[in-house]
Amino acid sequence: MLSIKEYQTVSSIAGPLMMVEMVDEAKYGHIVDIELADGSIRHGQILQVENDKVLVQVFEGTRGIDVDKSTVRFLAKPLELAVSPEILGRVFSGLGEPKDDGPPLIPEKRLDINSRPINPYARDYPNEFIQTGISTIDGLNPLVRGQKLPVFSGAGLPHDQITAQLARQATVLGKAEAFAVVFAAMGITFEAAQFFINDLHETGAIERAVMFVNLANDPAIERIATPRFALTAAEYLAFELDMHVLVILNDMTNYCEALREISAARKEVPGRRGYPGYLYTDLATVYERAGRIKDKKGSITMVPVLTMPEDDKTHPVPDLTGYITEGQIILSRSLHRKAVSPPVDVLPSLSRLKDKGIGEGKTREDHADLYNQLYAAYARGKEAQELAAIMGEAALSEEDKKYMTFADKFEAEYVSQDYYDNRPVEQTLDLGWELLSMFENVELKRIDIKLIEKYMPKFRKAEREA
Amino acid sequence: MRTKIMADKKTGRIVKVAGPVVIAEGMTGVRMYDVVRVGNLNLIGEIVELHEDRASIQVYEETTGIGPGEPVTDTQAPLSVELGPGLIESIYDGIQRPLNALVEAEGEFMSRGNLLPGLDREKKWHFQPLIKDGAKVGPGDIIGQVQETTQILHKIMVPFGVSGTVHKISEGDYPVDQPVAVCTAEDGTETELKLMQKWPVRNARQLKNRLTPDTLLVTGQRVIDSFFPVTKGGTACVPGPFGTGKTVVQHQLAKWVDADVVVYVGCGERGNEMTDVLMEFPELKDPRSGEPLMKRSVLIANTSNMPVAAREASVYTGITIAEYFRDMGYTVALMADSTSRWAEAMREISTRLEEMPAEEGYPAYLAARIAAFYERAGRVQCAGTPEREGALSIIGAVSPPGGDLSDSVVQATLHVVKVFWSLEGRLAYQRHFPAISWLTSYSFYKDSLKDCFEDKDQGREMEQMTVEAMALLEQEAELLEIVRLVGAEALSPTDRVSLETSRSIREDYLHQNAFHEVDTHTSMPKQYEMLKTILHFHKQALVAIKADVETADIFKLTVREDIARAKYIPQAEIDKIADIRKTIEDQMKKLHASVAT
Ligand SMILES: Nc1ncnc2c1ncn2[C@@H]1O[C@H](COP(=O)(O)OP(=O)(O)OP(=O)(O)O)[C@@H](O)[C@H]1O
Ligand SMILES: [Mg+2]
Repeated sequence: MLSIKEYQTVSSIAGPLMMVEMVDEAKYGHIVDIELADGSIRHGQILQVENDKVLVQVFEGTRGIDVDKSTVRFLAKPLELAVSPEILGRVFSGLGEPKDDGPPLIPEKRLDINSRPINPYARDYPNEFIQTGISTIDGLNPLVRGQKLPVFSGAGLPHDQITAQLARQATVLGKAEAFAVVFAAMGITFEAAQFFINDLHETGAIERAVMFVNLANDPAIERIATPRFALTAAEYLAFELDMHVLVILNDMTNYCEALREISAARKEVPGRRGYPGYLYTDLATVYERAGRIKDKKGSITMVPVLTMPEDDKTHPVPDLTGYITEGQIILSRSLHRKAVSPPVDVLPSLSRLKDKGIGEGKTREDHADLYNQLYAAYARGKEAQELAAIMGEAALSEEDKKYMTFADKFEAEYVSQDYYDNRPVEQTLDLGWELLSMFENVELKRIDIKLIEKYMPKFRKAEREA
Repeated sequence: MRTKIMADKKTGRIVKVAGPVVIAEGMTGVRMYDVVRVGNLNLIGEIVELHEDRASIQVYEETTGIGPGEPVTDTQAPLSVELGPGLIESIYDGIQRPLNALVEAEGEFMSRGNLLPGLDREKKWHFQPLIKDGAKVGPGDIIGQVQETTQILHKIMVPFGVSGTVHKISEGDYPVDQPVAVCTAEDGTETELKLMQKWPVRNARQLKNRLTPDTLLVTGQRVIDSFFPVTKGGTACVPGPFGTGKTVVQHQLAKWVDADVVVYVGCGERGNEMTDVLMEFPELKDPRSGEPLMKRSVLIANTSNMPVAAREASVYTGITIAEYFRDMGYTVALMADSTSRWAEAMREISTRLEEMPAEEGYPAYLAARIAAFYERAGRVQCAGTPEREGALSIIGAVSPPGGDLSDSVVQATLHVVKVFWSLEGRLAYQRHFPAISWLTSYSFYKDSLKDCFEDKDQGREMEQMTVEAMALLEQEAELLEIVRLVGAEALSPTDRVSLETSRSIREDYLHQNAFHEVDTHTSMPKQYEMLKTILHFHKQALVAIKADVETADIFKLTVREDIARAKYIPQAEIDKIADIRKTIEDQMKKLHASVAT
């Protein structure tokens, strides 16, 4: 056993950082305990070691820490989460400590929360369709097991309702397998967290949920560790206990702000909008933990939520997230104002893994052609809507008017749906055909003619009558 | 060559650890870019800066748990890759560690300190000599060959720096590290010739001469081949915001390009994208040989969550392997997705080295490194005998922040590459794929298009048609502006026909679904037929409106549906596309007749 060394050699404190000197055996990335004069304990992690000088980030912040009377203990290990099957149904702090009034947990083992990257060769391709019951997802941006698909939202938009609906309804058709929900709250309000937790209570899913909660008034720096605790729990459940885990990380923007705070305190050269240059890499070490592994039963499907500052999708947080995740569901303020709910902005939303999760034997043979056509028609309809907004409807050609009508109906009937409406995927697909039936075959260039003849309502009717 | 002084392995001590950069002292005698082993965990690193006995090391593995006082040992060799049979069908990380073997050795998650060799030492290859004992050889000379895969005849070449007389060469089955011959230099020094050689990744491999890359590298992607082609030995870049199709373009090229060898570098991107390649390539058949695509591919996968320093090295590992196959006289295509992540890795290391940052925090040498990388592409006369020509094309994806093309990496890249495929968010949102903007993209190799047709006239005609189509597309942009200002009524019938034809060019020609069995790849003859048909309709429509046929009636012709679906006609049936032109004529005739009566 390594002996734990104690030091009272804190030399300076700045922002969330603390310098400790004359340290013997410090290792990069390891953790420390800081005992304050009043006996309270804080936690920190080593960011840099140079000779005997150690730079520590303090998760709970440095307020009240004093240079003379604080004792720093070097624990000679990285941050770890104690796991056992009993973590299901429990609530933890953002630093992975039990926070509910449940019985003490007897750890089966302790896992480094930074894990190790999955060897790309060991990955199995995500290809199992998850039915969410939400048309804009199932029909147009299908989610598959092992995918990471974020929700890009904005302040005041209903992302909490959508994630709750996802957690409530997501299932793989025809399968009853062990599943779990891991929820990491980072800097969100008590109300938002409670909304989600209550929802889990109502459906009984709470017993299969693990929660890591760092609220808006909890220490900001702690948020850097929170998603990693959550993902460590998820990996344990998925790859050791064979469960299909849905991980919800809410809100990644707060996570990134905590990183920015550390970076600023270290006086690093700032990147765009003050975020550190390594933000992409850092986010990747979180997001890339989603996935499937060959020969393992379980999987990690990830839905990170983030609020886009000023609804700007080129802001570094959504931008870099989009560059890592396998698509994005974007919420639109203008649809929200038009009372389209959920206000999913269909055109810029995307699921990159859809193609292998749909089609014959998975959803239905017409799925791919159908969404391609719906996208093309809606894109044209949107253009017409915009043109009409500038020039007035009268200036539109007959064609354009038709497409505009389509877009309006599409938003009202396809995009809009109740948060408790769990549409089977066939219903979503049929709805798409219904809407497309206003066009002639010539206009449906993206759909195989055989499929049109088979699925288009007007032909189906003819078939039935014959 | 001087004899090497076999000094003890240099060992120093760590004094500082800051993320991927470690600083060690007591390193006198080590050389810049030497590989070192770092700390008690024996991590792999490379020396990137030297000040007297103080060395800065970029570490290719995660440094958690490493601290001052731990040892650093010099391996006295620069970062090199192993070149020889066994490269094809391999998947490596950024420093050529075999990922499949690592899964076996350490499980599904990457552990640290494990340096497995790039080439399997157990496997034996059948070596067939092509020269006899007593032959005089020099650097790059081919001494024999190994049938590496059904697709690749691996030429065994004399390493650079070696020349003399060959003896003890004999046919047989050898592992890569056993001698297949011995080469005696004039001064009597003997060098064992093996199936395998090594090359330091940061240096370009030697060549005899550079030639102009002027043969089209056919990709089967219509917008690329017809409008913005790349050549064998040429360079291209694909910048675009996230989700616009850079990776799909790269994958499509890796699948369908008419090269002998494809090196795909997944540099700081997604794990699942590599899995996708790993699952698909053994299944998909090369249209030319009918063999699985995997039999001509080498994969480098240093995903975004793997260490950044190894990401920085990954493009060099890839390009060195690509050059090696070029040296055998092959046409090689290298895809790097994404060069922005490589640049960011450089930036991250530079920051930790506390170098003076230039724009956007990137190091001042960013542009120079990017240029040097693309310079390793080219059509060349290879070193050594027999005389042979090889080509290496580089296609790099660029991922600018917010899709902003003024980004340093985009700008530095545009300075050196000859083809620019500009992906636009707007097109991607409309699901117009590939979302390559026809108005802003360019290619300096357009002249090569006509030469890729056997029939010279057809080549010239194709060239002419692409010019015509592009003029229509440019005109469309202007016409749409008019519509936006004064409404659709203001357009003349001719303008309306032009608009419809442009729409047809966009939707029926430029748009190409990568995931459609037939549409995923279009041969040059099919491209010719398709474009010809679209323009034929255009011409016929113009004649019709002259004869007072209503545009609305023209647009209602059912043949337009045939034109739209021409892309789904399989290669074996492309005669059917010419038939569509007859249908156009027939249907137009009827319109003329109806006006006349
Ligand atoms: N030629 C194509 N045919 C059909 N779909 C396409 C095509 N190109 C792109 N797509 C669609 O666009 C999605 C995004 O493409 P891709 O993953 O290549 O984007 P990217 O530019 O590489 O993004 P990032 O920078 O985030 O890696 C794909 O998953 C696919 O659905
Ligand atoms: Mg990509």
